[in-house]
Amino acid sequence: MTTTSTRETQIVADPDVPLVRIVREFDAPPEKVFRAHTDPELVVQWLGPRSTTMRVEHYDCRTGGSYRYVHESGGQEYGFHGSFHEVRPSEVIVQTFTFEGMPDGVALERLVVEDLGGRTRLTATSLVDSFEARDAFLASGMDTGVREGYERLDELLGR
Amino acid sequence: MAADALSRVFSALADPTRRDMVARLAVADATVGELAEPYDVSVQAVYKHLKVLEDAALVTRAPGPQPRPVHLEAQVFDLATGWLERYRRRAEQRYRRLDDLLRTMPDDADPHPLSEGAPP
Repeated sequence: MTTTSTRETQIVADPDVPLVRIVREFDAPPEKVFRAHTDPELVVQWLGPRSTTMRVEHYDCRTGGSYRYVHESGGQEYGFHGSFHEVRPSEVIVQTFTFEGMPDGVALERLVVEDLGGRTRLTATSLVDSFEARDAFLASGMDTGVREGYERLDELLGR
Repeated sequence: MAADALSRVFSALADPTRRDMVARLAVADATVGELAEPYDVSVQAVYKHLKVLEDAALVTRAPGPQPRPVHLEAQVFDLATGWLERYRRRAEQRYRRLDDLLRTMPDDADPHPLSEGAPP
């Protein structure tokens, strides 16, 4: 249904299944984009918001592996963990994702990397088990703590 | 907007006929008869769609004698799509950081970092 489409990140909230899909292209080959998702030393450099510090407890990105990391922001810690269900280099990562503040909630995430001939298209799909959970997922980050982040983001995007 | 209210908006907009109705109401108010015209469905079916849109607070009908025009509550519509846009921007911000990283990453650090321990 609701699709916002620019030359930047595209996002779709599917009407029929509770998922969110994000599509983004990168000016780099698939191997590099993939490595930025699998090497924890690289992951910490971009995954977390700038205002938070990301600490990786473990990050074993291979089929059957698992991860846990913590975002620290304003003295608060937010833990996330999951399992790597399927990892095929420069192709796909299927993993679970749980925010430890809602330990029973889990998203199934599929990350597909496509070679566009030097450039890369990344398609990230997050599937949860109810529309309510999906919409809460979309609404997450709307709390006060993150609002200032949006202001910074607006500044950033306004440039 | 509470998550369940947002949920109602998203599920109301999940139906293609209702999306089309909303798109037409974004241009101008319309009566139920006018809304029903282009569709191969009964007026009763259109009333059912309207009920869903009304429950989601996406549309209202002014009280009074028939025909009462249907009015799109654009603020509710914008708010719902606004959430999606904020989420999108957050993803965009994240991926701009990844852009920066990709520019500084060496091309061939370790071509097969995953081969170790991976199944054959």
